[in-house]
Amino acid sequence: MKKNGKAAAFYDLEGTLVSTNLVHTLGFYARRQQGLWQTAKKSVGTLAKLPFFGITDLYSRNVFNEVFFRSYEGFSQDRLRYFSDELFEEVLKPAIYDGTPELIAQGKKIGQRQVVLTGALDFTIERMMEHLGIDDYVANRLEFVNGYATGRVLPPVMASATKAKWIREYSERESINLSESYAYSDSISDLPMLSIVGHPVAVNPDFRLKQTARQHDWAVLDLK
Amino acid sequence: MALQLRRKTHESIVYIDKDSAPRIMPNGEDFILEDIPIGTRVIYPNPPIKGLPNREAAIRYAVNHPLEMDPLYALLEPGMRVTIAMDDISLPLPPMATPDMRQTMLEVVLDMCGANGVDDIHLIVANSLHRKMTDWEMRRMVGNEIFNEYHPDRFYNHDAEDDDNLVTLGHTKHNEPLRVNKRAIESDLLIYLNINLVPMDGGHKSVAVGLCDYESLRAHHEPQTIRDSHSYMDPPASELNHKVIRLGHLVDEQCKVFHIETALNNKMFPEGYYILTRNEDEFSFGDRMKWEAMKRTFSNLPRAARRKLLHAIPAQYELIGCFAGKTEPVHERILELNYRQYEIPVKGQCDIMITGIPDISPYNVYSALNPLLVQVMALGYHFNMYRNMPLLRKGGVMIITHPCFDEFDHNFHPSYIEFFHRLLPESRDAFYLREKYEREFASNPAYVEMYRRGNAYHGAHPFFMWYWGENGRQHVGKVIAAGAENAHVPEILGWDRADNLTEAIAMARSFMGRNAEITMLHQPVIGLCNVTE
Repeated sequence: MKKNGKAAAFYDLEGTLVSTNLVHTLGFYARRQQGLWQTAKKSVGTLAKLPFFGITDLYSRNVFNEVFFRSYEGFSQDRLRYFSDELFEEVLKPAIYDGTPELIAQGKKIGQRQVVLTGALDFTIERMMEHLGIDDYVANRLEFVNGYATGRVLPPVMASATKAKWIREYSERESINLSESYAYSDSISDLPMLSIVGHPVAVNPDFRLKQTARQHDWAVLDLK
Repeated sequence: MALQLRRKTHESIVYIDKDSAPRIMPNGEDFILEDIPIGTRVIYPNPPIKGLPNREAAIRYAVNHPLEMDPLYALLEPGMRVTIAMDDISLPLPPMATPDMRQTMLEVVLDMCGANGVDDIHLIVANSLHRKMTDWEMRRMVGNEIFNEYHPDRFYNHDAEDDDNLVTLGHTKHNEPLRVNKRAIESDLLIYLNINLVPMDGGHKSVAVGLCDYESLRAHHEPQTIRDSHSYMDPPASELNHKVIRLGHLVDEQCKVFHIETALNNKMFPEGYYILTRNEDEFSFGDRMKWEAMKRTFSNLPRAARRKLLHAIPAQYELIGCFAGKTEPVHERILELNYRQYEIPVKGQCDIMITGIPDISPYNVYSALNPLLVQVMALGYHFNMYRNMPLLRKGGVMIITHPCFDEFDHNFHPSYIEFFHRLLPESRDAFYLREKYEREFASNPAYVEMYRRGNAYHGAHPFFMWYWGENGRQHVGKVIAAGAENAHVPEILGWDRADNLTEAIAMARSFMGRNAEITMLHQPVIGLCNVTE
């Protein structure tokens, strides 16, 4: 991290810039399996797991990621990539918050580099990053063996402290001044990432993050 | 103190003697009763001028008999584009009992527009860089019927950051830029509905400031202009006013503006609260009981509840005059009425000025009076309530009563928090702060979006609040915050603190000498001192 470097804006994605979360993406792919039986099986399976996902996310984002991405086990790489454009047009693009383009445009206007850090899968957000004019992004990557997902995520898994670590390394590499930089997130799980920049902003925050933001006099923004 | 000063010079001026009752003073959301030293001159507001019996008729008469313009009905043609802009939540203070004056003006104007076949009408709140009004506030301001018909598509807040809906009008001959609301300026007719609470309101300020953007505002909301404004309340002596007039002429060159201005009396409180504005020596037994009851109620409530209670009491303002037509002649006539209501002739300056800071300011309607706003009220407003010469002698001491709590509203004043806790400890120099940080705050993406999408004051607004106290800061020798509940807020503001008023007066006397002349502004109502030697 450089003291006199340029500034950047680091964004979480789901819940911060868009209203969807990882489950929406999984649901989309579950509905696009080969054959009716597979589609029904995956869709019902995803629905049934929702409470479990919710509980694990409350407990720990890292545990959630480990459990959640197992649901992709057996998905074909071709199919995942093939439907990614449709995913963007049908699910992700309509879910972009009204204030998102304005916020990004405002950051660009003052010369900030726009960077997204997300727990989503890389191939699902490529189009959106292009659409939003994001300069750099980092996302989770599924492991594929013989063209099929194993359900494991390649390290580093983007969540909580890993995001903060990635930002530090990125800032060092790109001469980014963290004191002048902004971080935006909706979730208390991103507290490490919010804590290392000079301008943390809670966006559409959950209750715990809102309380934390109030205690620390951070800006609280509603992009919905 | 000279004996001639002791003579009763005006009904609003009272001198404290050994039989005088203690005085009621605002202290944030509370009121305190204080013994004031013998010889202190206490300045009360003038009694309210009797309101006009039928305000709708007065407004209708004004628009039909305008100054230096054709009557409104003669300016309206079927199919034309009309924009009606109006003052925001900062006027009047506190918000008045419904129906608000703007509602009555709108009913008259919209009725006339309808009768003349004009239906392309937009209503815009001229909030400039103030916070946008909430839907509830907008509804309360114009009434259900108008709100339901026009909101949100044709009744909305001005957005000073919406590049697509702003248009550049050019520069004045002094190179002040002006970019204003596009819809308003490109309309065939712009009608402005104003409530002129104090002499610094209204006139060209309404359009040229109320509907402009940040770059336009920073040309005159800056430390040197404020230093050169010898009372905002005395327009000819205000450099700020001169700049605004130049900008107003730029507006007039490119847009037809029909100005409707109203002047109100100073009936700030309902009947039950009138004791707060009266001479305590004349209290009846009933008045004393009322005060005791009020004091007990307030002292038993937590601060937030007291604030809620105070903000729930609507002002009982009455219309004392309405004029319409060309901006300048209209404003001139309204200023005459303002001065008739507020002006108090005062002979001689004082060495120590005491003023209680109430929980009322243009910037904290329905929220807390944070430390920066306490500063604005003290050095920006109360200090500037004069004409000719300041009430306080150069180098004198200003004593304020306020708890100076370190509390900010996160939704309305987010950038104030950073300004107060990050910038002021580094420097209190207004020029330095403007140079180094103002643009950073103004372009902070989070603050911009909180202003645009939420109800936050613009990121640059705390700077303007600091500049607003600049001429007061240059003039006073010392400010003492009596009753401040902490040490750090007065310290950050560059003030001294005292536990109570008695201690503050002793401190002030040790600074100014034992024979220092003391004057107390009896708050919380508006009075304007016309100070002469």
